[in-house]
Amino acid sequence: MGKKLLLDQGSGGLASHRLVADVFVRHLGNPILARMDDAALIRPKGPLAVSTDSFTVDPIFFPGGDIGSLAVHGTVNDVAMLGARPLYLTCGFILEEGFELDDLDRIVASMGQAARKAKVKVIAGDTKVVPRGAADKIFINTTGIGEIVVSPAPSGHRARPGDVVIVSGSLGDHGLTVLSHRQGLSFEAPVQSDCASLNHLTLKLVKGLPVVHVLRDPTRGGLATTINEIAQQSNVGVVLEEQAIPVKPVVASGCEILGLDPLYLANEGKIICVLPEKHAAKAISIMRRDPLGRDARVIGRIVSDNPGKVVLRTGLGGHRLLGMLEGEQLPRIC
Amino acid sequence: MCLAVPMEVKHIDGDVADVEIGGVRKQIRLDLIADRPQVGEYVIIHAGFAIRTLNKEEAMETIKIFQEGWNLELI
Amino acid sequence: MSSFDSLRDPDKCKAVLKLIEEAMQGQTLRFMEVCGTHTVALFRSGVHSLLPKSVVHLTGPGCPVCVTHDSEVAAYLELAKRDDVIIATFGDLMRVPGPGGGSLKKAQAEGARIEVVYSPFDALAVAKNNPGDKIVFLGIGFETTAPTVAATVRLAKEQGLSNFFVMPFHKLVPPALDALLSDPAMAIEGFMLPGHVSAIIGLEPYRPLAEKYGIPAVVAGFEPLDLLQAILLMAEMKRQGKPRVINNYKRVVADEGNPKARAILYEVYKPGDALWRGIGTIPGSGLVMSDAYKPFDAFDALGVELKECKPLPGCRCGEVLKGIMPPNQCPLFAKACTPATPIGPCMVSTEGSCAAYHKYQLDLSPGK
Repeated sequence: MGKKLLLDQGSGGLASHRLVADVFVRHLGNPILARMDDAALIRPKGPLAVSTDSFTVDPIFFPGGDIGSLAVHGTVNDVAMLGARPLYLTCGFILEEGFELDDLDRIVASMGQAARKAKVKVIAGDTKVVPRGAADKIFINTTGIGEIVVSPAPSGHRARPGDVVIVSGSLGDHGLTVLSHRQGLSFEAPVQSDCASLNHLTLKLVKGLPVVHVLRDPTRGGLATTINEIAQQSNVGVVLEEQAIPVKPVVASGCEILGLDPLYLANEGKIICVLPEKHAAKAISIMRRDPLGRDARVIGRIVSDNPGKVVLRTGLGGHRLLGMLEGEQLPRIC
Repeated sequence: MCLAVPMEVKHIDGDVADVEIGGVRKQIRLDLIADRPQVGEYVIIHAGFAIRTLNKEEAMETIKIFQEGWNLELI
Repeated sequence: MSSFDSLRDPDKCKAVLKLIEEAMQGQTLRFMEVCGTHTVALFRSGVHSLLPKSVVHLTGPGCPVCVTHDSEVAAYLELAKRDDVIIATFGDLMRVPGPGGGSLKKAQAEGARIEVVYSPFDALAVAKNNPGDKIVFLGIGFETTAPTVAATVRLAKEQGLSNFFVMPFHKLVPPALDALLSDPAMAIEGFMLPGHVSAIIGLEPYRPLAEKYGIPAVVAGFEPLDLLQAILLMAEMKRQGKPRVINNYKRVVADEGNPKARAILYEVYKPGDALWRGIGTIPGSGLVMSDAYKPFDAFDALGVELKECKPLPGCRCGEVLKGIMPPNQCPLFAKACTPATPIGPCMVSTEGSCAAYHKYQLDLSPGK
């Protein structure tokens, strides 16, 4: 049994200082953070993209990542979807009294690694320790700041009839990985989370293409929910080709057993890109040259019919409506 | 109403079997079926129990009825 | 399973679709499926959207969860409030609304202890891990699921577990079909019979459909080709005027069903009356604990009763379930009654007929 986190370590006193130095500064340190003032001083050159997200994933460690790497990737990706270059992160930690210090160290180390890979600096942070039961092990909030590099920035409002919908790879990997490690649903599946920072790839897209209308990462609610959001924001119809949508066999099988739909499972390392059809081939080739976009393909198109709705054309040539996720997907028997 | 999927039997230990489909592995129970499946056979799983051993010959028979009766090429 | 890939092959499906169009020359077919998995399969595969207009697809009471009655929901929500009770359930029931809009989801937010399990057998582990608590498994499901619960109760008895209980809310398919058909307003010309229920009960209980009511009936699988073949068989039988019960899902369904599963089912349970949401009591359409297993009956052991609940105001699910009214013609459809705020059983389950229409149907304008 390793050392456990004490309430003292969030008190703001010496115990807190030691925790900050031993864990947070050790893994996340950089000159801006090292100044240890009440706030970080940054000098932006132009318009900024800002996004914040809180991470409460259960389990906190899963194949392909952990809550720490996810907290970096998730926010970096949100900033990147504006076509921006993410530069800085802030992180807030809510820790439960009694949490294993070794686990905390592992999580913060993985955050540091993810931040270095994404080339973002953690410039401000906060830690609170709450009594046992007041939080579940560890919650992390991250805020990301990035510089805008293209104008107008890609946005969910800019999809137009004549555009195509491209996805950067297989869907549902993260959602199924997390589900397969939940208690009570014991099954083994050789799949791991796709959790990754997509900012290098999105920059290649916005810089390499004359126009990108929409960039989105289909996280919670999956492809189906994100595409519906785009259809509604842009007031356009979307027609997706079921056969073209990449889903790994293991994810498809896991979904079949639990009665779930992979198009509603979360992804943490995938891009949906909407742009005029004439640029599709170039976008695909840019994506496929990057390891995170190797399986990129066109999965559908933007149309003027049925504005606000997403229609899925099935393998048989039939069609159906693809709606938004109602609530959390639950495994079912019927 | 009742989701059930075919899974391949990989290992049997008493009333419990390890089954697999598309790389997903699960432990299921065999209490409800009279004829024990062989390793390599497929069972139909519902709510963690096998409810039938899949019968490939009879599956082919259904397809053959259509093939011959309606002059369809199905296999 | 390469030999079954052909069941999804678009060209093969199109060939059967063409045969259906030929068989439909000069006739109509109003067929009903009574299995929610069929409902979803018909919509999800797009088969529904490809059928000729002369084939009308109706969705019957095919979901054992959405027919869970208000009184039943009220009973388990009462148990969920108790400090020493852990409710173990399939995920399906979590959002089913009870009187006043209560549900397991809401009960959980209020502090009830609820474990979603994939198998009833997993609920035994919950019982073993929480010896100081009473674990109540919600026994929903038709004939496919009921044996899995029965087998679990038998194991609990063998293992001498005294803190595991079941609330039997199971429903039986043949008595429900009989009750539906006894309504003269039912104009059904074919039944697509539930594949996995049939794997347990076999063909015998369906004989009256063809013999007494003269309706063609086909036991069907869930792949696109299975669905299309079943529709073709119904159309052909109707055209020839020779209604029969045909087993077109032989890879899974033996004509005699699964006698061992039935033996276990009727060791633990015996038939009883059941309450159906939106329909009411159907005699002999449910299961109650047999005397030998009474100690595992949550109603008896924990002192709960089913209390009467008012019918759902304005809800036309009874007519939808009987195929008299299409979902989108109910005055509540997509207005007061949506998947987020379901009123009747047909909207409650993700595979209920109204929910499926809401979720998958493209053209929702009334009358289409």
